[in-house]
Amino acid sequence: MIIAGIDCGAKNTKAVVLRDNKIIGKGMILTGFDQITAIRESLHAALKDAGIDAKDVDKISGTGAGMEEIRDADVRVNEVRAMAKAANFFLPSARTVTDVGAEMGRAVKIDENGKVIDFAINEKCAAGAGAFIEAMARALEAKLEEMGPMVLESDKSIPMNAQCAIFAESEVVGLIHARTAKADISKAIHDAMASRIVSMIRRIGVNKDIVMIGGVALNPGFVDSLKRELEIDKVYIPSDPAFGAAVGAALVLAEET
Amino acid sequence: MIANYGYRDGSGDYFITIDTDKCDGCGRCVQACPGDVFQVVDEDPNDPFREEPIVIIVSDKRKKLKYECGPCKPPTNRPPLPCVKACPQDVISHSW
Amino acid sequence: MAEENTQEYWRWTESHWKNPDIRWEDAKIVTVGIDVGSVSSQAVVMTDGQLYAYSNMRTGSDSPESARNALNFGLEGTNMPESRIDYCIGTGYGRVNVPMADRSITEIACHARGAHFIYGPEVRTVLDVGGQDCKAIRCDEKGKVVNFLMNDKCAAGTGRGMEVFADLLSVPIIDVGERSFQVKEEPESVSSTCVVYAKTEATGLLRKGWQVNEVLAAYCSAMAHRIITLIERIGIEKEFAITGGLAKNRGVIERLMKEIGLEPMHTDWDTQIAGAVGAALFSYALVQKGKGRKK
Repeated sequence: MIIAGIDCGAKNTKAVVLRDNKIIGKGMILTGFDQITAIRESLHAALKDAGIDAKDVDKISGTGAGMEEIRDADVRVNEVRAMAKAANFFLPSARTVTDVGAEMGRAVKIDENGKVIDFAINEKCAAGAGAFIEAMARALEAKLEEMGPMVLESDKSIPMNAQCAIFAESEVVGLIHARTAKADISKAIHDAMASRIVSMIRRIGVNKDIVMIGGVALNPGFVDSLKRELEIDKVYIPSDPAFGAAVGAALVLAEET
Repeated sequence: MIANYGYRDGSGDYFITIDTDKCDGCGRCVQACPGDVFQVVDEDPNDPFREEPIVIIVSDKRKKLKYECGPCKPPTNRPPLPCVKACPQDVISHSW
Repeated sequence: MAEENTQEYWRWTESHWKNPDIRWEDAKIVTVGIDVGSVSSQAVVMTDGQLYAYSNMRTGSDSPESARNALNFGLEGTNMPESRIDYCIGTGYGRVNVPMADRSITEIACHARGAHFIYGPEVRTVLDVGGQDCKAIRCDEKGKVVNFLMNDKCAAGTGRGMEVFADLLSVPIIDVGERSFQVKEEPESVSSTCVVYAKTEATGLLRKGWQVNEVLAAYCSAMAHRIITLIERIGIEKEFAITGGLAKNRGVIERLMKEIGLEPMHTDWDTQIAGAVGAALFSYALVQKGKGRKK
């Protein structure tokens, strides 16, 4: 059985192809302002990666902010369910899952079967999502991929007053004028955001093992801040964590079929 | 005076409301709160003519209320809020 | 309290004023209020509760220095020595850093008192939207606060939010209001509250072919609506007065007042001094009650 899972996110659209619950192909395209094109092209890329044709796909599962635009979806899966299933697939001992993407953050408590027991969502506020780090990267005049590694170079903790991406930008500019080291500023930024995400995770309970998916999991600085804030030394991140929800959506459909 | 401390952002309204006319500064809420969100002060920063002590929200916590109050507000099976429960005069209410 | 930017560059007239009909030498009680905001600072000097002098200037990077500069600017040309001041209250964002203040009081209480002085005893609801915050205050006939709320956490509904949009659309902030009315018909509001996401939404609208003026209208309307739902938390009672930088943005104010269905109160005073006026009045009242003492 070949199932495709498509996650149309705020920033990127991710597609995966699963054959008998094994990932055989992945594709990711910038969503931009044209979700329909991104959906089509990400699936195309995933199929190419898998070395199969569109007609080989038995069913398509959709999820993400733009899931309504996945016209060919046989099923649309709620993102919370998708992330729960994905975590269970990647790590059967997972009991707490967090998914942090460009414009949202979520935390879910799951059981041994990947079933959702409780969840909390941070949406519609950039301070609790990847958009925060992107905005700060602009203020620091650094590339997004440089932000994370900088955190690991810092050994100073500076608190951030601003709890809003827009106000934080001014605060960062102020820190730059005060000649604060960029690495220390980056750490402050990541710590501030991690503190918000962890607060959300604590609401559903921190139970080992903890899995993180979503694009922000690729940021080593954020992961470091998250572990420090949670006071744990291991957070499990699957390879290609950005594809987590897409995989989960495909698995949910596979289970129901 | 009805003092609304907190904020609204894209994700919702997060206000703790203090009815200062009912508060006598007993401090039971300060004891009850696991997050140290409350503080009793002798001079009301919002009312210079008030004679009695008053409870306020600690200013460092005001802009993070959603997060500071998070531990007392799990998504399901929420128990009564410790601060509200501790107050004998119904001074405190939460908007979420 | 704060003023709005013109593009990214700060251009505004710092001002000070002296009451020609008062001689401070004849005063029994001289009190001062200093309001250090995140963007602008004001100092107000009162003689026996009468407005004698005031200054309005940009806040520098140092709060104590800004307070000092504002006071000096206010006293300029008066020959009044600082030692003549019987009591001084600091307010605003930097209120704990006003070195010459005997006490600090929040801008909430000072704004209500100040609005009562500036607009008159009929004022019951005050809306102040500054550069980094938004306050809604209900007061009684004496200018005492009855209910209030303030948001200084989220940029939506603050001057900064509007600044970000003006920058995005390359429209000087002073033109935003005017241009937002140069549309064929009122468009739908921007739906995202968060300014970061609203920017993305606006970019999408422009790509779809919306005119800049239409996007301005959509954002002004969204901002007006955000502010109203916030004030509704404390209730709107007439008369209604607006202070702070937003008072100058027609695009938001007219839409806001239309939705509320009220005419805002009018004053000839500079609305930016409201906080400092309130602080000076509180000083006067405390001295009269025998609670003021020189530092």
